[in-house]
Amino acid sequence: MNEPRDPVDNPSRRGFVGAAAAAGAGLGVLALAPGLHLVEVSEANAPSAGASSKVRWGMLIDTNKCSSGCDACVKACASENGINETVRDPRQASQWIRKIELKEPRSGREHSLPMMCQHCAHPPCVDVCPTGASMKRADGIVLVDRHTCIGCRYCMLACPYKARSFVHLRLTEQNPEVPRGIGCVESCTFCVQRVDKGLKPACVEACPEGAMLFGDLKDPNSEIARRIAQEKTTQVRGDLRLDLGVRYQGI
Amino acid sequence: MQSELNNRLEGPTFYVLAGIGALISLIGVAGAIYMGQHGHQASGMNNQIFWGMPHVFAIFLIVAASGVLNVASIGTVFGKQAYKSRGPLSGLLAITLLAAGLFVIMLDLGRVDRLIIAMTHVNWVSVFGWNMVLYPVFFGLVGVYVWVLMDRKMYAYSKPVGIAAFIWRLVMTTGTGSIFGFMVARQAYHSALIAPMFIVMSLAWGLAIFLLFQRAMYCWHNMELNEEIRRRLGNLLGVFIAAVFYFVLVYHLTNIYFAKQTGFEHFILVSGGVFPQLFWGGFVLLGTAIPLLLLFVPALQRMRGSEIVAAVLTVGGGLCFLYVFIIGGQAYPLDMFPGMEVRSSFFDGQIDHYVPSLPEMMLAIGGFGVAFTLTLIAVRVLRFMPEDDLAKLKASGALRD
Repeated sequence: MNEPRDPVDNPSRRGFVGAAAAAGAGLGVLALAPGLHLVEVSEANAPSAGASSKVRWGMLIDTNKCSSGCDACVKACASENGINETVRDPRQASQWIRKIELKEPRSGREHSLPMMCQHCAHPPCVDVCPTGASMKRADGIVLVDRHTCIGCRYCMLACPYKARSFVHLRLTEQNPEVPRGIGCVESCTFCVQRVDKGLKPACVEACPEGAMLFGDLKDPNSEIARRIAQEKTTQVRGDLRLDLGVRYQGI
Repeated sequence: MQSELNNRLEGPTFYVLAGIGALISLIGVAGAIYMGQHGHQASGMNNQIFWGMPHVFAIFLIVAASGVLNVASIGTVFGKQAYKSRGPLSGLLAITLLAAGLFVIMLDLGRVDRLIIAMTHVNWVSVFGWNMVLYPVFFGLVGVYVWVLMDRKMYAYSKPVGIAAFIWRLVMTTGTGSIFGFMVARQAYHSALIAPMFIVMSLAWGLAIFLLFQRAMYCWHNMELNEEIRRRLGNLLGVFIAAVFYFVLVYHLTNIYFAKQTGFEHFILVSGGVFPQLFWGGFVLLGTAIPLLLLFVPALQRMRGSEIVAAVLTVGGGLCFLYVFIIGGQAYPLDMFPGMEVRSSFFDGQIDHYVPSLPEMMLAIGGFGVAFTLTLIAVRVLRFMPEDDLAKLKASGALRD
């Protein structure tokens, strides 16, 4: 019985495919103009081009605008990232962003602010992670690779901001764009799935007072860079010199 | 003589002891399986105190593993005759204690199924990452060390191998201490003192474990340890306990001196509930003061079994210290906004509390079961019983050097 041959298995067809591949590779390195190659043009336009070190994503939070009792940012984060599990012990709950209420004991002055991963330029969590699952993208966003996190929680010990949570139970009904999983550590991603589409993080978009500003710290013309250059801002635990991606005003 | 000893261990005693050890180990495995099935919600750990009882026991075992090798080092590296016959048992315990410590810490991982990733994806900047080299090399070096100590044809190599193992265990415990010493975020840690403190602790805890297991072996064989050797080992334990206390004292005094750390020190030493209780009652009184009295007051020192009670108390004191150090260090809130009153839905600004659950206690205690069972099987199979040629030791003056 003669079975139909796989066209790719045909020697002449294989030869053609090989020749085409070689030609393609040759074209790929053809110079369109001095210093500009076809491959580079192609990579620059590809949807999976990856993060660029020309950008440093950051956030500026104006605590003067942030009102106590408002948790719109927390709710938006939970909704966007599928943080909807019910835990028996609230201490075992994941909190990627939380509202912190501050009071100066002498003056009685109060502040309210959202706290999340500060996306350090020198993140201690990345340094200590034994498998390299904690990582910093070229654009400054600090993430956890859910495929290589072994759940040792060393990064949680290292984080000065208590920004990381460990998933204590099996999860269901996840957002397909935001994989989470039992036994892994997680934290704010700046809604990387939105940022990569040119959108703002969910918390920034949800803030009713406009207290959260997201942008490129490296672009001197961006609003965030201009305000940081002109106004007094604070890095929490600035003494550690971690060069934070999140800055606060008003504290 | 040796075949007679082995025959005794082949009897029911061995099987009963092996059964007890295996049962405790299986209890540990059961605890780990339960936590694996239900997630860490089955533990008392949470997102504030995420290193709990398994870490206390695992770190104790790993630190003691390094220190227990000291007995062999004193024999071969420093040439003390009375310790030479104890070298193989010392090396064996170093291997089994480390294996037990790793058993506990690995089974507590959130993703135990990713152990292969831990071994194949190594971040060399991480102190944890270094462990992927530190532990396997320790196993290998000590394995070779035990071999050259036990094989008369290879004994000539015992000194260089012993020196290599001696240096490596110092490096390994420096790594264990540095897990905490490099932590800039927390008041409890971030001190260059922690690595040497862990090394000194390893000496005391390791020797205590050695004395206990040596005593058990002598009991199984209905033998009594020579009084001179007993006193020497007891004195050494006393010196190590005193050295540990000195390091802990300096660690706390330096913290008290730094104004920003006084709140934490007040919490750990005075106001923190279970933590000051365990520190003063468990570590200082039971784990330091009473053992020192037992080992150095002549009337108590002469009492039969005084060094064994001291060793048990040293182990207990060590576990109390680690509980206070590891769990107390996490329970105290991070000082993100100095001088401010802080509160949040994530318990910022609050002292956290921790109650270990049954499964995690099972896993933690299972570590001791693993160490015991592995050691027991090894002493059953090979000749690890210290054999002292007392006449030779006395003639050479080795019992007085």
